[in-house]
Amino acid sequence: MPAESDGVPTHRGDAARPLRNLWRLRHYLRPHAVAFCWLLVAALAATGASLAVPLVVQRVVDGPVARHDPGGLVRLGGLALLLGLAEALLIFIRRWAQTSSSVGMEATIRADIYAHLQRLPAGFHDRWQTGQLLSRVTSDLSVIRRFLSFGLLFLVLNLVTYVAVVVLLVRLHPTLGLLVAASAVPLFLISRRFGRYYHAASRRMQDQQGDVATLVEETAQGLRTMKAYGRGPELAARFADGARALHDTGVAKSRLLARTSALFDLVPNLTLGVVLVAGAVAAARGALTIGELVAFVSLQLMLIWPVQSLGWIIANGQEAATAADRIQEVLDTEPAIVDAPHAVGLARAGVRGRLAFEGVSFRYPGTPAPVLRGIDLTVEPGETLALVGATGVGKSTLLSLVPRLHDVSAGRITLDGHDVRDLRLASLRRLVGVAFEEPTLFSMSVWENLTLGRPDADADEVRAALALAQADFAYELPWGLATRVGEQGLTLSGGQRQRLALARAVLGRPALLVLDDPLSALDVHTEALVEAALRRVLRDTTALLVVHRPSTVALADRVALLERGRITAVGTHSRLLATVPAYRAVLSADPAPPADAGPRAGAALAGPDGRGLVRS
Amino acid sequence: MTTTADADANAAGGTADDAERHEAAAHLDLQRWRGRATDPEADRSRAEEATPEAIARLRVRSRALLRDLLRPHRGRLGLAVGLLLAQNAAAMSGPYLVMLGIDRAIGPLRAGDSGPLVAIAGAFAAATVVEYAARRGFLTLSARIGQAVLLELRQRVYGHFLRLSVGFHERYTSGRMISRLTSDLDSIAELLDGGVDSLVLAGLSILSVAGILLWLDLPLAAVTLLAFPFLFLLSRWFARASAGAYRRTREAVSLVIVHFVESLRGIRAVQAYRREPRNQRIFAAVNDDYRQASLRAFRLIATYSPGIKVIGNVTVAVVLGYGGARVLGGAMEVGVLAAFLLYLRRFFEPMQELSQFYNSLQSATAALEKLAGVLDERPGVAEPARPAPLPGGDARGAVEFRSVSFGYRAGAPILSGLDLSVPAGQTVALVGATGAGKSTIAKLLARFHDPDAGTVALDGVDLRDLADAELRRAVVLVAQENHLFSGSVAENIRFGRPGADDAAVQAAARAIGAHDFIAALPDGYATEVRRRGGRLSAGQRQLVAFARAFLADPRVLILDEATSSLDVPTERLVQRALATVLRDRTALVIAHRLSTVETADRVLVLDGGRVVEDGPPERLTATGGRYAALRRQWRDSLV
Repeated sequence: MPAESDGVPTHRGDAARPLRNLWRLRHYLRPHAVAFCWLLVAALAATGASLAVPLVVQRVVDGPVARHDPGGLVRLGGLALLLGLAEALLIFIRRWAQTSSSVGMEATIRADIYAHLQRLPAGFHDRWQTGQLLSRVTSDLSVIRRFLSFGLLFLVLNLVTYVAVVVLLVRLHPTLGLLVAASAVPLFLISRRFGRYYHAASRRMQDQQGDVATLVEETAQGLRTMKAYGRGPELAARFADGARALHDTGVAKSRLLARTSALFDLVPNLTLGVVLVAGAVAAARGALTIGELVAFVSLQLMLIWPVQSLGWIIANGQEAATAADRIQEVLDTEPAIVDAPHAVGLARAGVRGRLAFEGVSFRYPGTPAPVLRGIDLTVEPGETLALVGATGVGKSTLLSLVPRLHDVSAGRITLDGHDVRDLRLASLRRLVGVAFEEPTLFSMSVWENLTLGRPDADADEVRAALALAQADFAYELPWGLATRVGEQGLTLSGGQRQRLALARAVLGRPALLVLDDPLSALDVHTEALVEAALRRVLRDTTALLVVHRPSTVALADRVALLERGRITAVGTHSRLLATVPAYRAVLSADPAPPADAGPRAGAALAGPDGRGLVRS
Repeated sequence: MTTTADADANAAGGTADDAERHEAAAHLDLQRWRGRATDPEADRSRAEEATPEAIARLRVRSRALLRDLLRPHRGRLGLAVGLLLAQNAAAMSGPYLVMLGIDRAIGPLRAGDSGPLVAIAGAFAAATVVEYAARRGFLTLSARIGQAVLLELRQRVYGHFLRLSVGFHERYTSGRMISRLTSDLDSIAELLDGGVDSLVLAGLSILSVAGILLWLDLPLAAVTLLAFPFLFLLSRWFARASAGAYRRTREAVSLVIVHFVESLRGIRAVQAYRREPRNQRIFAAVNDDYRQASLRAFRLIATYSPGIKVIGNVTVAVVLGYGGARVLGGAMEVGVLAAFLLYLRRFFEPMQELSQFYNSLQSATAALEKLAGVLDERPGVAEPARPAPLPGGDARGAVEFRSVSFGYRAGAPILSGLDLSVPAGQTVALVGATGAGKSTIAKLLARFHDPDAGTVALDGVDLRDLADAELRRAVVLVAQENHLFSGSVAENIRFGRPGADDAAVQAAARAIGAHDFIAALPDGYATEVRRRGGRLSAGQRQLVAFARAFLADPRVLILDEATSSLDVPTERLVQRALATVLRDRTALVIAHRLSTVETADRVLVLDGGRVVEDGPPERLTATGGRYAALRRQWRDSLV
């Protein structure tokens, strides 16, 4: 299982109770309990009717036909017809009921898993591949549906048939009957052994299905990169490995099933042979009449199908069990970021927007070194603070702590003096408007993408937000704001996407704006326009920005320098530029004295005017 | 925007009318949130038009695909059928031997002769062993065939997806691609799992029993045959209804998958914007749509199968009445009627199996249709059948656009009649506002799309005539969004040149200044980047992408906003490295930061898809045109 190798609490079905997780899904059965009872009754009755039809036919042949009694023929023939129709009707009822309840249950579980996944924090989704999650809500759920609609029913029906027939056999002839009953022992042993091996194989197969789904998902994600480098053959080879692993497991699994199915065939046949020999000997000795032996054997033949199908049912059951394990692994993961019991909501109007980091440290789960250490930083109401630092220093991580996409490892973050963990998540996230460094767009209408956080926004608000972000181009799209943006908005240019994301962030009229390098993909001209508009918004909104460019720094009242996980300097841009060399190195237009770059490289790039060529 | 979709959860108990109305409402809502696609064929492959002819064509094609997939396994299939028949024969002989034993062995045994019993017991044992071996062999073999077919199909479809153009994938969406390669294949697997078994055995017993019936009594057999028109009509109804129903389940499950994949991929935005409730409603709607579609399809088989039962049982009753009357009339023996009725049951029993098989076939065909539709899709940017070589074997890197016109949509050209010639080794910067066509030029040169008119040529060879491998060796595009594949950092850099050794990978990382941060990662170059590079910052990802391009060492390098997420010193490092790298290469650079532009040999200012200024940056600055204005603005933005 590649997805969970790094410390995700996995609740593998413990070997001793392989069905535990399947059993735990029983509450989904409850709304359908009545339907299930009915369908069980219908199934048993249908079996009864199907057994009765030949009996009636036999009576017709032996009775009215033999006795030349037309009235009896009509009566019994009519009975046969009625029984036949009843059988079909009962089957219809069973299948109809089965269909609604099993499909309904599948949909309910799927919706619940999805709801749970939406509650799980970003940290969970960083570790779990979407493909693995997807295979759980599609393939695994349909395995469970199949088990509930067929496997379980036939398990019950077959066990009932088996027990009933064995009881009849024992009553018919105790010794031979007990011999047949004893054949349950090897059957049980075979089942247990098979169940154990098949359990492992089935789990492996489902995990590999998830891996294949993951590979496909990743291919779709990296398609342009793949095209750009012409690495189709390499990806195809990689996929072939995954598909072949799936194929091999499939073959191994079916080999197990083939062996066991054949054994399930062998055991009743051998028992039959033993009964035949022993019965013949007994009959020869006169301990058994031939009629009794015939009846015994005919009854015993009824056992073959229920036993034969046992292999398939156990396989189906094991697959459902491992599928349930995989589903419960997800459902058992407690959302780490939830409302505290005493959490309160803040009204937008009452929020001034004072944001404070107090001794904040953060470490990604499963990593040894903290990314942020002892951050103390305050953004006053209405103030704009820019966060500056080298690539990969933790700026984006710091921002993600504000809307609680991650929770701090130590210290606290307060909004107007309230620890953000004491605020209701919905309230907190309503107050904070975020734009990420990578604008996340969905293949939905532009409108839907913009109103992500404000489904109730009206056309004027949307227009204002678009105007601010210089994103009026959205109106020029073929269907205006109803146009579906392609997947991840890739049909738009980087700058267009970024402007839509910015419009989305400001649309909520948040008390606190958290913008991660919001203008990086804009051209100079647009950037100037957006900056001008943004400046108006920022005048009365508290804002925390990550910036890489001196031009964007100009938006900020103060700047904080993040170095090696700590805030090393806070002040105005010009003051830091003048007094903090590290700040100048990160942001300044003038290249720092070449520390690591050799003079050769520097010379190669120096322009004719002797200036560094490279700058914001 | 409100939704009525959540009310659908209760529709299960409602009437069919209710369900339909709810469905229509849910559908409407789906249309609204998804928005209107610019391409009318956004949700399907081109082969999947909604016309009846297209559907019929696709159906034929999907069956042909199935045959094509099975063809290499003809021999093994024959063997499997042989094993199945052997198993069946052995299984049939069991009861016969038992009766034989009772009839023939007990008498001699009483007389003290155990010979017949031993012989029959021996025969029984032999039959049992044959049955065991044949069954095991058949199950193993048929599973092998099924898995081999699945493997082949999966790889074929995946390979085809890789060949299809970027434009196709933009409209088809990744969720739908995932759905094709997972869910659709699952339903084909279901057919292959149990299909051969039931088809062969049921077919066999129906044929043999039909023979026996005809031989037993012709008039009664004729009455039995009356059932066939009904069976035929019922099956035709089922075939038509279920084809549509299963097709709808395939489409419905795609939407579930699309929404699931996309919303979880963007979970940070979802959570930050409290999108969960609305997502849940949308998911409930698509999930419920899928539930309804499945329900409809499953209810068809829940009707069809008992329907066959009705026909069978009614036939039994009719035969019983008619046969009984004939016996009463003295036209027939009682024994014949008894036998006929017994066999009649065996005749209709396998029909149930066949109906199940037919159901799986219908479901698999719907899935196969989708896959056939994908396989039918001609790559919009196709590999040439007979690739032309580059003059001199190796690329020099001269790029030429000859009266190139291009638009993503008909009627909205981005470029019209663009002429552009870049000599080998020149570094060209593209400048212009959003929508001016900069990225489009980059994408055309990387052959993500083909021009609508005109040609893009490398060293005088039309890109459409170049083998993909050769083109990609020569031309590499580094875009703003760079995908990191799951695997280590080293593997991701090596993506640029798969054969490269560790030293070369490190050298590439060092050259663009990525070595320090990579070395500081927990496992250095062996650090897993996790899904989509979750643990690397955007800037770090750009650095890895740069190292990748550096390692790929192409003659023509296209940089489309490739340094936008880097901090200034890092960008400086990258640009230093680039200056060395680009010196003897052709480069097309798109950057909003004019710092990059100033290092270029030549600047092109684009406006509305046309080159409005062209020249070395110094000259353009001096002549005081648009570039000079832009540059002034940029200078002013510096602090």
